[in-house]
Amino acid sequence: MNAIPPEPLATAPAVRQSPMRLALRRFLRHRLAVAGLVIVVLFVLGAALAPLIATADPNATSWSAIRREPSATYFFGTDENGRDVFSRVIWGARASLAAGFLSVAVALFIGVPIGLLAGLAGGWVDALISRIADAMLSVPFLILAIALAAFLGPALENAMIAIAISASPVFVRLSRGMALEANATDWVEAARALGNPPWRLGLLHVLPNIIPPLLVQATLSIAEAIIAEASLSFLGLGQQPPAPSWGSMLNSAQRFLTQAPWLAIFPGLAIFLVVLAFNLVGDGLRDALDPRSEKR
Amino acid sequence: MVLAIDDLTVDFTTDRGTLRAVDGVSLAVASGRTLAVVGESGSGKSVTALAAVGLLPGSARIGGRIALDGEPLTPDRQRALRGGAMAMIFQEPMTSLNPAFTAGEQVAEALRIHRGLPPRAAFEAGVAMLDRVRIPDAERRARQYPHQFSGGMRQRVMIAIALACAPRLLLADEPTTALDVTVQAQILALLDTLKRETGTAVVLITHDLGVVADHADDVAVMYAGRVVERAPAARLFAQPEHPYTVGLLGAVPKLAGGAGRLASIAGTVPDMRSPPRGCRFAPRCPFVIARCVAEAPPLMEMAPGHASACWRAPLSQVLEAA
Repeated sequence: MNAIPPEPLATAPAVRQSPMRLALRRFLRHRLAVAGLVIVVLFVLGAALAPLIATADPNATSWSAIRREPSATYFFGTDENGRDVFSRVIWGARASLAAGFLSVAVALFIGVPIGLLAGLAGGWVDALISRIADAMLSVPFLILAIALAAFLGPALENAMIAIAISASPVFVRLSRGMALEANATDWVEAARALGNPPWRLGLLHVLPNIIPPLLVQATLSIAEAIIAEASLSFLGLGQQPPAPSWGSMLNSAQRFLTQAPWLAIFPGLAIFLVVLAFNLVGDGLRDALDPRSEKR
Repeated sequence: MVLAIDDLTVDFTTDRGTLRAVDGVSLAVASGRTLAVVGESGSGKSVTALAAVGLLPGSARIGGRIALDGEPLTPDRQRALRGGAMAMIFQEPMTSLNPAFTAGEQVAEALRIHRGLPPRAAFEAGVAMLDRVRIPDAERRARQYPHQFSGGMRQRVMIAIALACAPRLLLADEPTTALDVTVQAQILALLDTLKRETGTAVVLITHDLGVVADHADDVAVMYAGRVVERAPAARLFAQPEHPYTVGLLGAVPKLAGGAGRLASIAGTVPDMRSPPRGCRFAPRCPFVIARCVAEAPPLMEMAPGHASACWRAPLSQVLEAA
């Protein structure tokens, strides 16, 4: 960097090179991630527009059409009560995506402020919060979610709360680590010298700088939360019948695996696709938001 | 006096005992003046500045009195005035700006915190401030992020942030150490101009005596946590009255000096956990006498405005004899 006077005017391009815009450009170069994003968007649209897309009432039973094979009338076939599997998969996306997005949003809302507090306050506050987070992380994610859901009672809302609580220690730990790292930088010291009170320092200075890793983790956590919701519903702790959910559909499909495999294949495929898509998006985001991975 | 530090002590508790980083330092700066604080690494000059703005870590114990415009600075007042009435510029412009915000937003932030300006007005005032620190095309540059600025330009942004609220006191901790020599001169000249325009009192912390000669009105030389000599800049260079200052001046490379060896001061800075009992420079001093080892010399006035902490001052006879 040579800075011989007068300082060159033309070095910086005229466009506003916001970090987010640069990241977006890198993300769009990542083909698999874009494919993942397209799948996610399709599922979100499907869930949002379920009443328009579904070919039948997902809960309408029909004794004349029990366990029909997939056909032009019943795209994904029908189940043991004669309900249209296609419509149930579309409506089931609501439960899965709601569980994914909402529980991770709640987990972020719980985890990030606590993590920032731990990282910036230090001392016994940090020790206490970190030990609690460690204790929660020492229990496998799904086991903790099952225990909490069983304690709260079987309902989709309770399953989401259970997933949110189980997912939050990851965010506590991540934001604490990033806050510690930020706290050692010169710009945080400079911000302190500027008279920023501690809350402003955490929320306005540190938080925007740790958003990229949080975003990546959140995307991957959504995938986990969707699996967790499906698992809880499979166990009867999530979405309650007759409301459709991919997990509970898989549960009832168990008994007919040999006679009516489509009952298991389509909800399973939906879970597989949406989880894969979120993971692809997460990986793409990680590459796009981490400048060190740019050269690959 | 804008800043008056009186008998400041700073102790750090470490695993191996208490360390007194600053031991009875008294300094004062008047409006529109520049006081240079000179010393080696570890002499306590940065710790003194951080104590003044209240940015020392919680483990530091601070004694003595610090006053801004005659009012004692309590921790609460320091927090309220920091960035407003007293501002600080750090050594590392490359890392001292928040990478997630534009330059204009960061200058505006000072005005939002201390002046309560609404975002838009603060941003416009920030652009004006960037223009004042001679950033060309400030309107456009204000919308750019730190990674789009060179080191010199970033330090200009830092100065704009520091001066945004027209501080009474500016503490500059080696503001040009990390910059190219040519940029260094520009930045210091800029600080001089802005100081003249605003009447801000400047404390310039440096170990570069060339910078002191060109930009300081007064100088305080620190050694091992104490002020050993205090004088108007011109007088310090003409007639140093402390052997350490003499040594420092001897260690400055001169253009006319030819190919001779650069003088250096023998020995090293004392371990601050167990400093020498008497004068802390005694173990390295070429003019040491018995009294130096036994008894710490106080700062004694040699001439108006010129004080030295040396039992052998005035040094004129000693230097002639040597």
